[in-house]
Amino acid sequence: MWKAIRPNSRNLRIWQVGVLVALFAFWHVATAPGLIPPIFFDSENDAKFFFGEPLKILARVWTWFVVDRDIYQHLWVTLLETVLAFLIGTVSGLVIGMWLALSPVAAAILDPYIKALNSMPRVILAPIFAVWFGLGIASKVALGFTLVFFIVFFNVYQGVKEVSPTVLANARMLGASQRQLLRHVYLPSAMSWVFSSLHTSVGLAFVGAVVGEYLGSSRGVGYLILQAEGTFDINTVMAGILVLTAFALVLDWAVGRVEKRLMKWQPRAGETEKL
Amino acid sequence: MPPSLAHAGPAPAPEASVTPALSLKGITCTFVSRDDRSQRYTAVRDVTLDIAPGEFVSVVGPTGCGKSTLLNVAAGLLEPSAGSVTVFGAPLAGINRRAGYMFQTEALMPWRTARDNVLAGLQFRGVAEAEASRQVDDWLQRVGLVGFGDRYPHQLSGGMRKRTALAQTLVLDPDIILMDEPFSALDIQTRQLMENEVLELWAAKKKAVLFITHDLDEAIAMSDRVVVLSAGPASHPIGEFAIDLARPRDVAEVRVTPRFIDLHKAIWDVLREEVLKGYAQQKRAA
Repeated sequence: MWKAIRPNSRNLRIWQVGVLVALFAFWHVATAPGLIPPIFFDSENDAKFFFGEPLKILARVWTWFVVDRDIYQHLWVTLLETVLAFLIGTVSGLVIGMWLALSPVAAAILDPYIKALNSMPRVILAPIFAVWFGLGIASKVALGFTLVFFIVFFNVYQGVKEVSPTVLANARMLGASQRQLLRHVYLPSAMSWVFSSLHTSVGLAFVGAVVGEYLGSSRGVGYLILQAEGTFDINTVMAGILVLTAFALVLDWAVGRVEKRLMKWQPRAGETEKL
Repeated sequence: MPPSLAHAGPAPAPEASVTPALSLKGITCTFVSRDDRSQRYTAVRDVTLDIAPGEFVSVVGPTGCGKSTLLNVAAGLLEPSAGSVTVFGAPLAGINRRAGYMFQTEALMPWRTARDNVLAGLQFRGVAEAEASRQVDDWLQRVGLVGFGDRYPHQLSGGMRKRTALAQTLVLDPDIILMDEPFSALDIQTRQLMENEVLELWAAKKKAVLFITHDLDEAIAMSDRVVVLSAGPASHPIGEFAIDLARPRDVAEVRVTPRFIDLHKAIWDVLREEVLKGYAQQKRAA
């Protein structure tokens, strides 16, 4: 019996789903009123109040996506904020990172300021951005930007600094001008570092968007969660968290696809394509 | 030469009349530590070396004797502390545009396919696409990489990467070829194949070659002339040997000829002491 269901590479997915089902089953049994006598709480309704009920949470998700179809506009807003924060943060991180890496004097002057800005807890800027940019998407994009920018910036800076001196000398011997070195040597090298940080920076853009929404907005998944929290509707809060998690997984998967496409020149562990 | 000049004084020796392809005069390179200005290291001192067009010159010496420094000076990648470099009679400023450089370590751009790597130099020089494409195909064929053009460097074996690097350098048709122990990372069989390939390409085009190696066999088998450098610091040439072995040569076969063995013995007599000196210095430093 155990031999047939022992985890292996073929039934990996089944096991992964099995873990999820088991978690939900445990959650259901532990929170459904009257199913088992309360162990931890005084009343049998307390567990459900604090942790929500999985069946009602899934029903909530179902209503959002299929019955009322009112979550799409919120998801769209959150996605838009994430993508904008990610794009603007990446491009400016790339440009400024390259600039500072290639001009040591500017880097030396700005060094303490970069360090200070990076070590500042940037979530605290959210209220300021709300004042500056209003409660629309701009303030969320700004918050996500501050998170993404530094990740990309430091990676690009490092990437340009770590260009192999031999590859650089070779390109110069082949006749590359300063511009061509930038375009054909520094940029591809920096891009490989940007891509290695892509998962982190998309994740942070998402965090920026949701936290921004949570702190004050009129649309977005963070806003839904904030609303539900105001009425102690724990089921809706949990449903919002589930949707956000699934959404983050999809984003991460999409990034993985893009990365695989653009980084095919990089050797991967386990690849045995040699001649 | 106009006939009227033929009678004006004694004719100069034929060798002196040819402008050297590459001429190093009194090259000294002293490196200063960035952290401590008083820490200095003189890699090479007062090196003078001429290479005629079409001549294959090898420089041998113990490890750490500044061979690569000399090559970087010839390439224009490194400015000497003293001395001058002239290329076909013109003083060198900046990168040596008439030279191609084959590096000891990996120098291919990892984000470009083999084909795009070979194409790089032509692209940088703004050669028209169709013409560049034709030349690249031609060179991929010459170095035996047809069908591997779309592979990235990490997908190629060490020997193939070296051949790609060779094509990348030679597609630009440089008048001077600088080589820094290009085959030291290869196994002995691949290495001899590559050496023969280089000799064949060289024989066809007759470029001036400055070849750096620590392998005396390789130096003798390939060159017209072998220059022995002393152990560092402050390396300088301590011996020069003309290699009069017949061409074309096969690097594997030429090694067993009596003349090769005589030359090897003569050069090794000069080199041995330097190798021991260099080894002792490295041991002391360690």
